[in-house]
Order: sequence, then C-alpha cells, then structure tokens
Amino acid sequence: PVEINENVKETQISKLLIANRGEIACRVMKTAKNMGISTVAVYSEVDRSQMHVQMADEAFCIGDEQGYLGMDGILNVAKDSGAEAIHPGYGFLSENAEFAELCSSNGVIFVGPPPSAIRDMGIKSTSKRIMSAANVPIIEGYHGEEQSDSRLLEEAHGIGFPVMIKAVRGGGGKGMRIATSRDVFLEQLSSARSEAIKSFGDDVMLVEKYVDRPRHVEVQVFGDHHGNAVHLFERDCSVQRRHQKVIEESPAPGISLRTRTNLGEAAVRAARAVGYVGAGTVEFVMDPQQNFYFMEMNTRLQVEHPVTEMVTGTDLVEWQLLVAQGHPIPSTQQEIFDRTRGHAFEARIYAEDPDDDFMPRAGPLIHLSAPKVTPNTRVETGVRQGDVVSHYYDPMIAKLVVWGKDRGSALRGLVRGLGEYSVVGLDTNIKFLQRLALHPSFKAGDVHTGFIEQHNEALFPDKPTEISPHAACRAALGYLLLEETPNTQDPFVDCSNFQVNIPSPRTIELTVGDCDVIVGITPLSDGKYSMNVNGDVTNENNDMIVSGSLTKDIMTSSMNLKTTIDDITTSEKMVFIPDSIHLYPTNGEESLKFSLPLPKYLSEFAASGVSGDPMAPMVGEIQKVLVTPGEEVAQGQPLVVMIAMKMEHTIRSPRDGVVESVHVAAKDNVARFDVLVKLVQAFNEQ
Amino acid sequence: SLNRHVIRLRNIYTTPAACRDWVIPIGTEQDVKSDSYKKNYDDMSKLVGELRNKTEKISLGGNDKSRERHTSKGKLLVRDRIKLLTDPGSAFLEFSQLAGYDLYGKEEVPAGGIITGIGKIAGTECMIVANDATVKGGSYYPITVQKHLRAQAIARENNLTCVYLVDSGGANLPRQADVFPDRDHFGRIFYNQATMSAAGMSQIAVVMGSCTAGGAYVPAMSDESIIVHNQGTIFLGGPPLVRAATAGEVVTVEELGGADLHCKTSGVTDHYANDDPHALHIARSIVKNLNLKKNPDIVIEKPVDPLFDSKELYGIVGTDLKKQYDCREVIARIVDGSRFDEFKKMYGDTLVCGFSRIFGMPVGIIANNGVLFSESALKGTHFIELCCQRKIPLLFLQNITGFMVGRAAEAGGIAKDGAKMVTAVACAQVPKITVLIGGSYGAGNYGMCGRSYNPRFLYMWPNSRISVMGGEQAATVLATITKDQREREGKEFTKDEEDQLKNPIIARFEKEGNPYYASARLWDDGVIDPADTRTVVGLSLSATLNAPIPRTKFGVFRM
Repeated sequence: PVEINENVKETQISKLLIANRGEIACRVMKTAKNMGISTVAVYSEVDRSQMHVQMADEAFCIGDEQGYLGMDGILNVAKDSGAEAIHPGYGFLSENAEFAELCSSNGVIFVGPPPSAIRDMGIKSTSKRIMSAANVPIIEGYHGEEQSDSRLLEEAHGIGFPVMIKAVRGGGGKGMRIATSRDVFLEQLSSARSEAIKSFGDDVMLVEKYVDRPRHVEVQVFGDHHGNAVHLFERDCSVQRRHQKVIEESPAPGISLRTRTNLGEAAVRAARAVGYVGAGTVEFVMDPQQNFYFMEMNTRLQVEHPVTEMVTGTDLVEWQLLVAQGHPIPSTQQEIFDRTRGHAFEARIYAEDPDDDFMPRAGPLIHLSAPKVTPNTRVETGVRQGDVVSHYYDPMIAKLVVWGKDRGSALRGLVRGLGEYSVVGLDTNIKFLQRLALHPSFKAGDVHTGFIEQHNEALFPDKPTEISPHAACRAALGYLLLEETPNTQDPFVDCSNFQVNIPSPRTIELTVGDCDVIVGITPLSDGKYSMNVNGDVTNENNDMIVSGSLTKDIMTSSMNLKTTIDDITTSEKMVFIPDSIHLYPTNGEESLKFSLPLPKYLSEFAASGVSGDPMAPMVGEIQKVLVTPGEEVAQGQPLVVMIAMKMEHTIRSPRDGVVESVHVAAKDNVARFDVLVKLVQAFNEQ
Repeated sequence: SLNRHVIRLRNIYTTPAACRDWVIPIGTEQDVKSDSYKKNYDDMSKLVGELRNKTEKISLGGNDKSRERHTSKGKLLVRDRIKLLTDPGSAFLEFSQLAGYDLYGKEEVPAGGIITGIGKIAGTECMIVANDATVKGGSYYPITVQKHLRAQAIARENNLTCVYLVDSGGANLPRQADVFPDRDHFGRIFYNQATMSAAGMSQIAVVMGSCTAGGAYVPAMSDESIIVHNQGTIFLGGPPLVRAATAGEVVTVEELGGADLHCKTSGVTDHYANDDPHALHIARSIVKNLNLKKNPDIVIEKPVDPLFDSKELYGIVGTDLKKQYDCREVIARIVDGSRFDEFKKMYGDTLVCGFSRIFGMPVGIIANNGVLFSESALKGTHFIELCCQRKIPLLFLQNITGFMVGRAAEAGGIAKDGAKMVTAVACAQVPKITVLIGGSYGAGNYGMCGRSYNPRFLYMWPNSRISVMGGEQAATVLATITKDQREREGKEFTKDEEDQLKNPIIARFEKEGNPYYASARLWDDGVIDPADTRTVVGLSLSATLNAPIPRTKFGVFRM
C-alpha cells in the first residue's frame, strides 16, 4: 500500500535542465520529451556540437571543459531558461550536497535525494554507523578517529588479515589498498594515504575485513516525499577492471530468491534510514556463501540503471521526475515483484585499449554503427559517427543493454549485439567484452571482482601469428566489390583489369595485426574469382572459388558483405576507410581489421614523426620534466610525467642515450604522438 | 531462340512504351554439338592458345637473370610500373606485343623492348610508353623506335597525354643506320614531343633508369619530368665518354646526371622521387592537375552485353579461310544487345553495313560477306558518307579476297566503283577501327581500310592472313605465266616443274601473310583473341573519343 502524505505539495516540472553531457544527458532528455517536458542542455566549449546539445530544445554554453562542475553557472542557466528543475545525471554534481542545497535555496528542484542523505552517505564511516543502526549488515572494521600507524595496525590485527585499507572520503578505487599480512600493512597504508591526499585532500583511513572472491551486488532503491521506499531488485556488477564496472546484469546470477528478498529488504531499510528520496543504489559486497555486507550507497541514478529498467519494466528517469514533482512512487513493491521478469545485461563500450592496460583513447569516431534497437536491445549513447571522443571526459562510447527471457538468451543477445557494434577510428574494448561474454565461467555465472585477473590468459590471448585464408578472401572480395563500379559507360572501368592476351591476376596485400598476407586473385566468369592466400595463413594449400555481393546500408556508412567460398556463404558487416577494411561477422566471431599497406612514400612521411623518440601516449598535460638537455639517460629511466585522462603517466626512456633537446615544459598541453624529448645515441656508441 | 531474345530484351527495355522500339536482334543459336562447330572451335582454340603462349612469354620481358638483376636494384618491372601508374582496376590496352617477334634472328627482343598502351591515369586515358630495361638494357632497336613512334602517332590522332617511363641505354649502336638517320627514326621521337606539346597533348617523362645521349632529350623535351633518386640518370655523354673527351675527368653517374643534380642544379627534371612507386605517384598527380575533360562528340547509351557468348566466335569462324559464314554472326557477338540496324540489306549483299553500339558508343559497321561487287562498293561508299555526315565512328571487319574480276565486272566499272569506296575510306575523318577477321587481300585491303588508310587502330585475329593475293592464287598466276612462256618457246612444263615453282611461293606467302609476321613488323597494333574483340574495340573506340571528330571533305568520286 502506498502512503500518501497530504502535506507534500505537488509541483509541475514543465522545463528540465540536464546538468550533464553524453549518453546520460540524452537518456534523460528522451524520457523528459516523452513526458512533455521541454529540455535545456548545458555544454562546455569543447562540447559545442555534441549530441546532447542537438537533442535539447535549448542549449547554453557554460564555459570551458570544467563547466559541468560550475554550480553557479548552471544555476544561472536554470534561471535564465526558466527551468524548474535540474537533473544532474551521474558524476559531475550528482552527489554534491552543496549543489543540492544551492538548488533548493534558489527555488530550483534538484532531481535527487535531499542534501542530508547525500552528505550522510558521502562519508563512509557515517554511512556505516547509520546502516549498522538500521540493522543492515556491515563489514567489520575500524572507522575510528585515531589514525596512528600503530593503532590502525592493531585494529587490522583485531579484524584479521587480509584487510582492506580505505580512504574514508574515497571512491572509485582511489586511496584503497589491500594488506594480505602484517608485514605489508604499513607500506600499503602509506601508499593509500598519499593517493588519498592527492585525490581528495584527506587521508583519514578506515580498515576493514577483506572479503575473498567478493561479488559486487547492488540494489536499486527508490524513495519518495511521502515516506515510501521500494527496491527494484539487485544488479550484479562484479566484473570490474581497475575498479570500474565492465558488464552488469540483473538479476545477480546464482542467488536464491531468499537472498534476493533479504538484499532488497536490507536496501529499503537503508534508504528509509536516511529518509531517501528518488533513485539510489545500495552497494553490497557478497561472499561466496551469499553473505552480504553494506559497502556504500550511491545517491544518484547509476550508469547501469537500464538493466533494472529492462527486467522490471520501468522507466527510472520517469520515476525520478514524478517523485521530484511530489508524486508517490508509481508502483508498490508487490507490483514491481509481479512485473519483474527475464534477465538483462549491460556492456559498457569504452574508447580504450584493453591490451594497453585499458588506457583511455580519445579521437574521432570515423565510423560508428550500432546494432539495431529493438524492444529487447537498447543502445544508450551520446555520440554519433563523426563525433570526437574527447580526452576531457569519460571515454564511454555507449552502453549496450540486452534483455532476454533467461540469462542464456540475454547473454546470446549481448554477444550478437557486440558483434554488430562497429567502431572505427579509435581502439575500443568491444573484442574484450566479446571474450568476456563468451567465457565459460562468465556463462556459468561464476563472477567475482577478481574475474578479469583470474582469467587473464583467456581474456588477453596472444596475438595470432596466422590468420585463416577464408577471412583474407572475404576482405579481398569486399575490396574488389567496393572497387567495382560497373556500367559507368566507360570501358576502361567496366573491363576492369583487362589486359590484352595476358591473364590479369591481381594481388592485394593485407595486414591483420602481426600477420601479412597476399591474396592472389584471378577473375573467372559470372563474377566469381579464384583466390589463393599466401603469407601468414593457417592453411597453405588454399585455392578457393569466391563470389559474393556487397550491399550498402543506407542508415550507416557500413555495408553488408555476403561471401560464398567454395559454396559456403557467410554474412558480415563491412566498413571501409581509406587505409583499412573492417569485417564484423554476424556469427559472433571477433571483428577483423585488415590494413592496406601504405606505399613507402606515404608511410615514411607518416613515420617521420615517429622517430623512436619518447612521445605522448595520448592528449594531456605535462606535469613534470625530469631531464635536461645533455643528460645521459638509461633505458627505462623516467623522463616526463604527464596527466592524461585524470591519470598520471610516466614516460620512460626507450633506450640508453643522451637527451638532445626537451620539447615540453610543465603545464604544456600535448597531443598524442607529440615528441616530448629527443634522444641521441650515447657518445660511446657512436 | 526468338523467345530467349524477347525475354532478354524485356530486361533491356523495361518500360512498356519502349516495346515499340524492340528489334529482332541478329545472330542465331549455334549447334555447338555439330562436328563442324566443334572442329572450328578446337582449331581456333589452338591458335588462341598459341597466341597466349607467345604473349605470356613475351610479357615476362628479358630473361630470368636480367629481371633478377633489375629488381635487385629496387626497380620495379615495367608491367608493375604500369600497374602502379594506372588507376586501380583500369584496363590496359596494350599494343603490338609481338613487335620484333622472330625479327632479329637469334636476338630476341620481347615486345620490341618497349611497352606501349593506353590506360587510365587519374581518370584520364593516357598513352603510356615504357622502356623495358630487362630487354637489352632497354636499348632502341629499329623496331623499338617504330613502336615508340607508332604509340606517339596513336596519341596524336586521339589527342592523348603521353607518359614516358624512361629506362633505356639509348640507340642500339650496331644498328644505328636503321635507327638514326631517316625521317621516321630516333629523332622523330623528339620532333613528336615538341609538336604534340604544341598541340596541347602533355608530355610527361619519368626517369627511372638511364637516359643517355639522345635519350636525355625525352625528359628534357617533356612538359614535366620526374627522376628517381639513385636510379634515374640523364646525361648527353656518360662517364666513359666524359673521360675520353676531357683529360681523364672521373665522375660517377649520380654526380654526372642523378636526381640531386637535375632537380637542384640543372633543372632538367622537376620532381624528385625516392623510388619507383613514389615517382609513379607523382606522375599520377601531374596528370590529375592537367585540367583535362573528355568531351565525346557522340551520344553514349547504357552499355548492354551481347546476347551470345563471345567464345562462340571460335566455333563459327574456325581457321579455314575458304569456309563461308555469315558475318552477322560475328557482329552479333561483338555489339551491344546483339542489336544491328542494317542498311541496304538487300542491295550489294556481299558487304554488310549497319549501325550498332559497343559499350554504348555508336558505331557504323562494315563487314564482308564475300567478294566485292560494284553494288557492294557503292553501298559501302554511301554508308561511309552517312557515318561521316553523322560523325559516327566506323568499324571495318575485314574478311576479303578482293574486288570481283572478270569481263562483266570490268565492263560494269568495278574499278571506278571500287575507287569510290577507297576514296570514301581514305577521306573519312571519323575514327576508323579495322579488325582483320579473315583474309585481307589486294584492293579489298584498301576498300576495307587497311593500314595505309590510317585506321586509328588495326588488329588481327590469329587466323587472318594479309597479302597482295592468296598464296595459291599467286603461285598459280606465276605458273600460268611460266607455262605460257614455255609454250611460246615450245618447251614442256611438267607437273614437277610446276610444283617446284609453286610450292616456295605458297610457303613464302603463307609465312609473310601470317599475322605474327605482320605484327612483328608493326603492320598492325596487335594480334587479338577473337573473344576479346568487343573489349579491344570498345577500349579503342573510347580512346578515339578524346579527340574531336572533324567534318569530312571527300575527294572527287569518279562517276
């Protein structure tokens, strides 16, 4: 039964400001538009042409790339545009109590919980105390004020190793260390402290029990102004890399209904304990015996909220907006329970290189095409083909959300969707996600936060040294079909490759990763080709009869390639950009990138910047220069420290040598592949 | 069979209103199982196989050792250079692969040591003239000079840009008498460069190897030139000559005439390339910047394939020149949709005239269906006048024993009627293309636009023969004369003596009338596979359309 508090005043939101960017801004606008609410976007100078700006009814510039953190600027836009409410999305100001207060004191609705709840939950020790009092299981630990090394060590001993050392104000894995034994405790402690100081300006630490093979299970909760609170079941977000979520799902696999109910009820108790209003997430850590302990509460809409929406048949943004207007929660707990069905996955597609320690990548999306959106497949994105993934912000390209009747079918849908996702222009984690989704242990639901480390070998396989000749033939056929423009009324084009009296076999050189192949092609009649692939191939004897067709997809710049090799037909998506052919097989196999070798006169030019001198690995800012001209340096010696993507990178010397010149200074902005330091051979080697 | 045509025609003319313009295509289904078809097919296949064997061997260029030496220096083989120079997928209409074949006894000069042909560069049809340094160091034999000049002549007639890929040691010194002094010798190359440049046809040289003495003028006479560093050299006198001429001055080739010298100091070359692909890339961008546009003077329609497989020509034609067949069967396998709008079908029916399209381009076809009578010649003249009036290119399919002889024919004025046709052919200014598909004898060769009548292109099928008359016929004529003489002297002329007289003549005519003999001496632009006729003619036609079609002014027709 829904409680109604007659004292709660209902208001109307007719115009909503979204104080965010990217996919979440677009996502919020979609629902707002459905509800007849007009939308106001804000954008930083670097985001001028972003999708969220295009989608909004009105858009206001809020200064440089830091603008999304500028509370006054955003409030001014709200006033100027006449927006009654601000949706903060996630990140930026979403969990900033000061901003929430500022909104209410300015008469603007902050679509989120009351400032007090944000504040209570923002400090780990406070939140644990409240939870403990509300009978929510918490993890044993020391949250005391005395912070001497000896005291913390003593407490750690009392809790029992392994323990986790965590910054009280920490988050996102920063200022967090695990001490497996007494011997390493102090070392880890000091490391956590220095990171915490750097990140939050506060090095107060807590020590708690470390759970082995933990799972990250979180519960979506919702509260309203009438004192109602419900949960929308749990999500499993255990599979993480560098403490960031990769694939999320709901429900959590292999958990009994009893545990699910207990989780949900505990989460509701947690929400009630802080008088929670709006969407929130209560995070638990769960051990293999399905014991769970409160970790923290996120007082915002989470990135992974769509999986909950898919299984519970709700629109959480709609709920947020209704609750913000003073409405009670639209559904009772029982209604939610009755409506919940099936299984959903979300995969986060990032511009990053999994083989380079998930280093973020920035750059243009030369080609971008997503799987078709269906009732079971959602694509949440804030970028389009031609956009640039900016190095100023989170490099997420999209979220692929797939629902299925059961976990198996949802996972198959996810794998298929990932296969149909094609991004050309920068590195992405798509292949990594495919490997993850296809891993037997993942299929079996055997997930925990150390999953990626545990299955490192399978998830990061060695680069193949040989490719299948079939794949090379498919790429070659695609290339040929692309080249063919029959009926141009120009016989020199129509009689392609004709030579008088001598056969006109062609060769196409292709490179896939470390494999170089040469495809020999002889045209036969009826559009068929005889092909043979030499080089780094798995099968040397490979004469094949190849034919097929290429159809253009009018919606995207991709094409559909059908290839028949010796009477077996396969179908795949093909993307061609001037120096490479990209194939995305529909059978779930990983995509392949075939590079066409650049002529030497071009590659020499392209390589003229790549002199083997240390370069910036990505766009960023120089923090420190550690060497001076004339200095002798050893291989591996740090040369420059730079900040990029909010992380510190040390650029080391690739070889022994002498610094000839230094091309950057502290505070300089550098682009990817900018040469930082020029080295010459050490004198004795000359 | 008519049904098949109608179904195919439906695919061609899709709108119901167009059915009014349906025509019955020419050509008939062949009985491919019949003995005569099979024999013809096998005989012609053998000839084509022989042709391909020869050309494939020729296409390699010099021997393994010289090719190996060439590529080991980082140089590309001449055909690979052409591939990189032309647009990806461009056809390459190569000329006279058999030039120099069996011409210099034991000295083999594959393709005459020079590759010529038309290919597309940056969207423009260009004449490419490329030395093959693996053949005698790319030096100019007499046939090399002729082939180079023929390529320039084609370029001039068809208004084509010329790209010279130079890699040659210059004139072949032992044969200098046949290379240097005459009008159509080495010097003519540079005369052509100058006058063609004057006429607006760009001359572009890529120096990819030696360019010595006279050869130095190829880049020097060009509008723009490129040289490959450490590979291309240009000088009037090489280091040995310098040493002899001066008091022992020692200089390296690179110092004397390398890329650095010519790009930085002398200004003989304009562009500096690091290697062959780089040089060819620069050549492509030069052509791209020529600001050329092809403006065909004619209406081009959507191309349609013929209704019949071109390989059926083997079974129809065979190799026995004495066997008659309807030349419309050949036309049906060459032209768009096998559609032939015939002119004056019932008059002078030994000459078949009519309008067709090849790759969408209009063409007036004149083909032989037997010996030429007065009527046939008059009809041919009339048809040529029509094509010139309408600026429609002409295609001659030659299979001709000659004009009719005999009292009645002479009295009917066959000589003046034949002369009318010869006048018309000679004066016609529309592009003319000739294919010898069978015999080419006597005045028939003139009337049907033989080499002397300046067809823009002339090709031969491997079964064709060219001579003043058939070998048998010539031998018989000579035997008859000898016999008459003997009779006057009262001597006997035995069968043995007659054979002794006739056989060498027949053998000689057979040898000299052979297409390989002809092609080796550049009497044609190439021997082609009959099945490729449509393609080769189509490419040639396309090339001719780079030049505007002038108005024709005919000479006096003897009436």
